[in-house]
Amino acid sequence: MSDSTVVGLHPQEQHRPELLHHFADEQQQRDASSLGMWVFLATEVMFFGGLFCAYLIYRHWYFGDFAAASKSINMALGATNTAVLICSSLTVVLAVWAAQTARRTLLIVSLAATMLLGLTFLGIKGIEYKDKFDERHVPGAFFSFEKEPIPGHPGQYANPGHAQIFFALYFVMTGLHALHMIIGLGIFLWLLLAAWKGRFTPEYNTPIEIGGLYWHFVDIVWIYLFPLLYLIDRHP
Amino acid sequence: MSMESAIPQPVERENYLNKKYGVWSWLLTTDHKRIALLYLISITFFFFIGGFFALLIRLELLTPAGDLVQADTYNKLFTMHGMVMVFFFLIPSIPAVLGNFLVPMMIGAKDLAFPRINLLSWYLYIIGGVMMLHCMLTGGVDTGWTFYAPFSTNYSNTKVVEAGLAIFVAGFSSILTGLNFVVTIHRMRAPGLTWSRLPLFIWAHYATSIIQLLGTPVLAVTLVMVAAERALHLGIFDPKLGGDPLLFQHLFWFYSHPAVYIMILPSMGIISEVIACFSRKRIFGYSFVAFSSIAIAVFGFLVWAHHMFVAGTSVYAALVFSFLSYAVAVPSAIKVFNWTATLYKGSIHYDAPMLYAFGFIGLFTIGGLTGLFLAALGIDVHVTDTYFVVAHFHYIMVGGAVMGYLGGMHFWWPKISGRLYPEGWARLAALIVFFGFNLTFFPQFLLGYIGMPRRYYDYSHMPEFQVLNVLSTAGATVLGVGYLLPMVYFLWSMRYGKPASDNPWNAAGLEWKTASPPTTFNFEEEPVVTWEAYNYEELDAPRTEEVPIVR
Repeated sequence: MSDSTVVGLHPQEQHRPELLHHFADEQQQRDASSLGMWVFLATEVMFFGGLFCAYLIYRHWYFGDFAAASKSINMALGATNTAVLICSSLTVVLAVWAAQTARRTLLIVSLAATMLLGLTFLGIKGIEYKDKFDERHVPGAFFSFEKEPIPGHPGQYANPGHAQIFFALYFVMTGLHALHMIIGLGIFLWLLLAAWKGRFTPEYNTPIEIGGLYWHFVDIVWIYLFPLLYLIDRHP
Repeated sequence: MSMESAIPQPVERENYLNKKYGVWSWLLTTDHKRIALLYLISITFFFFIGGFFALLIRLELLTPAGDLVQADTYNKLFTMHGMVMVFFFLIPSIPAVLGNFLVPMMIGAKDLAFPRINLLSWYLYIIGGVMMLHCMLTGGVDTGWTFYAPFSTNYSNTKVVEAGLAIFVAGFSSILTGLNFVVTIHRMRAPGLTWSRLPLFIWAHYATSIIQLLGTPVLAVTLVMVAAERALHLGIFDPKLGGDPLLFQHLFWFYSHPAVYIMILPSMGIISEVIACFSRKRIFGYSFVAFSSIAIAVFGFLVWAHHMFVAGTSVYAALVFSFLSYAVAVPSAIKVFNWTATLYKGSIHYDAPMLYAFGFIGLFTIGGLTGLFLAALGIDVHVTDTYFVVAHFHYIMVGGAVMGYLGGMHFWWPKISGRLYPEGWARLAALIVFFGFNLTFFPQFLLGYIGMPRRYYDYSHMPEFQVLNVLSTAGATVLGVGYLLPMVYFLWSMRYGKPASDNPWNAAGLEWKTASPPTTFNFEEEPVVTWEAYNYEELDAPRTEEVPIVR
């Protein structure tokens, strides 16, 4: 079964319940899980990559319209959300460290804090969506973006059709990002319950580590989304 | 499985098939071999559905007039033929069935790295498949399997969103299979099994997995955009609002061209195994064949715009993509030349898997060379959207991928089922498939060259196309018989076939060192590999007394 046998100990006896039958030892299981998450994140990069590609092309073509549309979204709320997510990355790192060093209370607090920050992010995002809805900036039959000036070009107004492409990408990209946040909250809820039951030890904490990888990835996506969507041609 | 076969045998050993019985022992299994069989049943089902649509298409084209079906129905027929065959048969065929079954065994592992994710991937496939069936039964789609915008996003009044979602879900099944393979191949190899000792089947699946992982998400997000655009009229692909339909084509082909390599690379892996075994030689140029798989995966991502030469891409982009499309022929040719060089002075056996391998080499060569015609800018303008293109990609996707799949099914059937298939029938079926295939698709090259466009149901203004269309339809019926035969005798052999020994072909490779059929955890004890792949010279060397090594 296991080839990392401790002398004098029967392989069966040193089996931890977390070690699945088809792995030779815990090292292999840990390596497999973490590589699996990295590979999955590579697919996520490609998933968002298609949208970023579309965004960059239209931003290049319709720069003025994109700048006008970007000006209408709330930079202060976006910046707050960026800060919230960066803080959540810190709490995730704390959770990983707490699990590795057997600090159960800190682990539970960090996981809970991460979830709280995630929920704060979604709440702020919800306020932003509601503003867009009230301003009739949601693409579709009720969309309206008339007489919005293009920054830096006095007397010129944005083309509503092109601005609608901006808002379409804004909603699809931030929407998919928010969906990833919700899935992340589900993962962290599961981690929190498992941590509560004391399942994580310095020897076994891979779920925290790979759950954390996922959370960091979702944060990084936002780090790109924020300047691309909120900060087009902003001047004081 | 049955105890009443003619040959008396001792009490049957426990294996993965008889370890547990009952529906739930299959539907909740995490054993990679059982999941492979679940996939085998499901993809066979979809293969015959796709084949049924193909048959109706060929029947309609038997006469120049549009008499069997009307235009709208015909549009749905070729659309659903394409969608079912590409996304629900070809993409999962070899990786999810033979790859699932063999990858862990070939590298000396007990299972894939993530057995539950493997089961999840089958369920995603089934959910996608059920959605696709529902979509087909309640009206179908007519956009062509390519979903080109803005027809798909603004104008088609068929079930585009539902078909897109079905493919979206099935795509995640494909991603999870690829993820499992990459992690398994990296982390679960037996001691001593270095990368340069891996069977070429593993190299091919590794390259395939990379494409599945990096390509499929782009298709997924493209389908999200199509669905969102259709529902909300966002304008991303709508030229009326300033969107760009060409962007859709770029994103779509960024996945769907490499998808062809998802189909053909695993098939090439099978051919490498079969050629080595039935010429009793180590593959000529092992490392070239191995790295050509990786090269195909990498180059394959850089050629997509050759689908769009007449769609309005810039001439400079077209020049680059034309050059790169020629470049991808180099690793493909390396494989073909190395296989033929392996045959040289080999001791060749003409068993059914080898007949399929020969068929593969011939058909893939024709398919590949006609691909070069299409990569040439001038000729491509002439034959774009004609039957020449249809014939070309069927030579690759059916002549290549399906020949390899059938060859592999025959080669590993004794391992999968523990029974031997009837060799005579199998050779006959291989010949029928080869003959039927060429009769179906070779006339289509000629049809395309003299100008018959694809996706037309009525060619009554050009009745001279009829002779070649009749030949093609006749070939399709022969091909249909060739595909039904193996299904019949495989099922027959599960009950009446002779029990197979552990290694009926005397083949190299760890999978042949397990029992036939294998036990649930594949190996009695973890194997340690001290030999190179395809050590047929050693295997076939006359057995001599063990000579103690004197130092």
